[in-house]
Amino acid sequence: MANKSLASRKQTVIAIFVATGIIFLGRLFYLQIIDDSYELSANNNVLRYVTQYPARGLIYDRNGKLLVYNEAVYDLMVLPRQVKDIDTLEFCRLLDITPEGFVQRMKKAKDYSRFKPSLFEKQISKETYGYLEEKMYRFPGFFVQPRTLRKYPDPMGAHLLGYVGEVNQSIIDKDTYYKSGDYIGISGIEKSYEENLRGKKGIKIRMVDVHNREVGSFQNGLYDTLAVMGNDLYLTIDAELQQYGEQLMQGKMGSVVAIEPSSGEILAFLSSPTYDPNLLVGRVRGKNFSELSKDPVKPLLNRAMMGQYPPGSTFKMVNDLVGLQEGVLDTHTHYTCQGPGSSPIRCTHNHQSPLDVYVAIQQSCNPFHWQVYRSILNNPRRKNVKENYTAWRNHVMSMGFGHKLGTDMQFELSGNVPPAEKFDAIYGKGRWNAMTVRSLSIGQGEILVTPLQLANSAAVMANRGHYIVPHVVKSIGTDKSVKDKFKKVTSTIEPAYFEIAVEGMRQVATMGTAKWYQIEDITMCGKTGTAENPHGEDHSLFMAFAPADNPVIAIAVIVENSGFGSTWALPIASLMIEKYIKREVSRKEVEEKMINGKLY
Amino acid sequence: MVRERNNVFNNIDWTLVIIYLILVLMGWLNIYAAVYNEDHKSIFDLSQSYGKQMLWISTSLFIGLVILLTDARFFSTFAYLIYGITILSLIAVLLVGSEVSGSKSWFEIGGFRLQPAEFAKFATNLAIARFFSGQHINVRDFKTRVIPLILLGIPGLLILLQNDTGSALVYSSFILVLYRMGMSGNLLLAGALVVLVALSTLMVGHIYVSGLLVILAGLLFAFMKRNRRNIINLMALLALGIGFTFSVEYVVENFLEEHQKTRINVLLGKELDLKGAGYNVNQSKIAIGSGGFLGKGYLNGTQTKYNFVPEQSTDFIFCTVGEEWGFVGSLVIIVLFLYFLIRIINLAERQRSDFSRIYGYGVAAILFFHFMINIGMTIGLVPVIGIPLPFFSYGGSSLWAFTILLFIFIKQDANRNALL
Repeated sequence: MANKSLASRKQTVIAIFVATGIIFLGRLFYLQIIDDSYELSANNNVLRYVTQYPARGLIYDRNGKLLVYNEAVYDLMVLPRQVKDIDTLEFCRLLDITPEGFVQRMKKAKDYSRFKPSLFEKQISKETYGYLEEKMYRFPGFFVQPRTLRKYPDPMGAHLLGYVGEVNQSIIDKDTYYKSGDYIGISGIEKSYEENLRGKKGIKIRMVDVHNREVGSFQNGLYDTLAVMGNDLYLTIDAELQQYGEQLMQGKMGSVVAIEPSSGEILAFLSSPTYDPNLLVGRVRGKNFSELSKDPVKPLLNRAMMGQYPPGSTFKMVNDLVGLQEGVLDTHTHYTCQGPGSSPIRCTHNHQSPLDVYVAIQQSCNPFHWQVYRSILNNPRRKNVKENYTAWRNHVMSMGFGHKLGTDMQFELSGNVPPAEKFDAIYGKGRWNAMTVRSLSIGQGEILVTPLQLANSAAVMANRGHYIVPHVVKSIGTDKSVKDKFKKVTSTIEPAYFEIAVEGMRQVATMGTAKWYQIEDITMCGKTGTAENPHGEDHSLFMAFAPADNPVIAIAVIVENSGFGSTWALPIASLMIEKYIKREVSRKEVEEKMINGKLY
Repeated sequence: MVRERNNVFNNIDWTLVIIYLILVLMGWLNIYAAVYNEDHKSIFDLSQSYGKQMLWISTSLFIGLVILLTDARFFSTFAYLIYGITILSLIAVLLVGSEVSGSKSWFEIGGFRLQPAEFAKFATNLAIARFFSGQHINVRDFKTRVIPLILLGIPGLLILLQNDTGSALVYSSFILVLYRMGMSGNLLLAGALVVLVALSTLMVGHIYVSGLLVILAGLLFAFMKRNRRNIINLMALLALGIGFTFSVEYVVENFLEEHQKTRINVLLGKELDLKGAGYNVNQSKIAIGSGGFLGKGYLNGTQTKYNFVPEQSTDFIFCTVGEEWGFVGSLVIIVLFLYFLIRIINLAERQRSDFSRIYGYGVAAILFFHFMINIGMTIGLVPVIGIPLPFFSYGGSSLWAFTILLFIFIKQDANRNALL
């Protein structure tokens, strides 16, 4: 009986077994099926998402000459959680960093995340990487990511091309495409064509074992995506002309912009002093940038779009064109000039008097243009001076002044053609007249233009009344032209009147202020300017196009603080035109004098 | 009839043998997966654990066969001798053994290592079975109560001295055998209560647990028959309980080693030490948890294959099952084990010989304890106690010992109809 009851204890024992089994199965059900956080942890353990950085698109000039390419470097990344028992001293020696630097970098990485990779040392050269690669297995937690850096075979066009840098937090916050450590175009073409140049990032999922050794790709690369290289850009820039311009402008402050009038394509776009764009690449960028930004001659400033100058006499045809359009001036109109004794604006040249519009442009007669300007502003057709001034301003602006042209580069300034309200504010409503704002007639006073606008106005003259928005990119890739993006803008002046202005400009180059720098076989139409500069020596300006019929180049040159337009700006522009049209410059002594001119 | 009785292969319980073979084979497959290496694919590569395990498996089968061919009475006759030799080897290993990962429990002979603690399990089981099958057994007798405890205590203590806590704890599983032999069920309950009180003390501190005990005693006092004897008993129990809670903390603080303390604390959720003591369990849970319903597929387990789980071919072999075979695979293994255990119990009950029955219970109890602790620890239900999963885990000593343990029982069972 006792045995029998003890035998029934079998049930209890079995019950204990079964209960244990059920508890286990319940727990397993929870772990494996209900709670999916373990799967995530497993992936975190074993999967490494390695961004595949695409190479940026290359940049060529209009003739297919390579201007910008990429060079391979390596970013050393660290996963703090996995760093243990490494020979820190040897590691520091390999990387050429101090032990303190090591500790600092590790702390920064740990502060970011122990489980996510962060940048330990960026842009290690190919050589250093070579040493490191062999010993990598001894430094668990570290790995490299290949990156590319910009390289400029023939340094030129620094302001035009711009530079590339690492994204900052505000960019990351704004655009989800970018992650910490990504590169982005910061200025110039690199910025404005960022979306074309950057390409498409890829991702490679790799599996690692507990020692962080790579053990293969995840699912044979099923979920990997390849990086797609950025689109190449073909510029409108003529590299040879650009380089020649930079040579001519060395030692001078100022800018040269050349445009193909028929298309708006910018042939040369330079700001001087310039810098070697290779200086703003990679690890040296920070140091060089701060040095460049401290330089008193401001090499980082893009004077071609951000320098604003009074146009001076180069503006006179514009004023005449408004006069012609408004009907207060024709080819028979003559004004007298008393030379230096003229009032209220004296004349700085010796010439015949009375004179017509052709001679007035050719000789750059101040009193003539003041008279034209006064007639416009006192035109009885409109109610008052203010309305006449506004009409004058609208005509001027239709020729590309006083507003951004909408080019494909960033940070363009708009220059200044003050609205009438501005004078109302300064002098009081109805308390100003032509006399008050007379400086505008000769491109002085409040009016400011950028070199780009000035070159564009030369293109307007060349085209007899219209311009195509100037731009620097010809096509994205070899086939995708961007021509249609840049529209034709027609001025409010009738083309017929431009023939008068152009004739004046032709005479400038043949017998006027520019006659000393004629180009053999090429008829140039131009206008010198000497802009009074309240801050110092006058600026030397010249704008021109050539040839007179079927123009292929319109150009503006500004040389700061260098006196008369005919001394520096004119010869440089003339050489540029010769170079562009003939590909060879015959006036060697002029060329040499320009290249060697040191003005600051 | 006589011939049949004599032919051992007609009488053995093939179910047990087949389940044994399945478990061993599955174990091997999972060891292969756990240490899977593209460079050493050959299953007989002796430089790899699966190659060695193959060797252990074949020798185990041979050992099993030898046992089946041995006279069944050999084991009961020489039970004490075998026990004695094992005890001597346990002492010897303390003197001349070599230390492996903190436990001085290995004989090193040539290139092979032998762990006597593994063999002590079946030897002790033999001795216990022999003792209880004796003629003068009376559960009320003091001697009957004390001698088994001594039989269990000697190997337990010696193994504890080897610093192999896990293997020492195995001897507590004999509580099931004692229960079957007539030990009061209250003791089993008391045992469970002790564990419960101990765990809750470690979790919330002895003050709260003592307070709870006082409240319980108060409730009991309110509802029970208040005679003098009951009151004295209640007071004694309460004093014992409170004393116990204090001593639990004292023992843990002063006698357990640092790593054991952290293991317990991690399990109780008091410490989250994912890089240290909690690392194993956390990685183990990740491996099993990431297996999902159907698992990642054989040889596709990333956590186990890439060594995120330590000791994965030995103590944490169940992770490979969980990760690669998923919930379904785990379910199969657990059900198979349960069926195996219940089968042993049922077979034990049908024995006419006390020795065989008691031995059978011992087999079930030992296997169950390993099953419970090993799988429990991989899924974070019990502290990390390093004992193998029977037939599954990599290791020659343990596979041999479990084989011997099991096949002695199979032999006894095959012989159940022999004349006593």
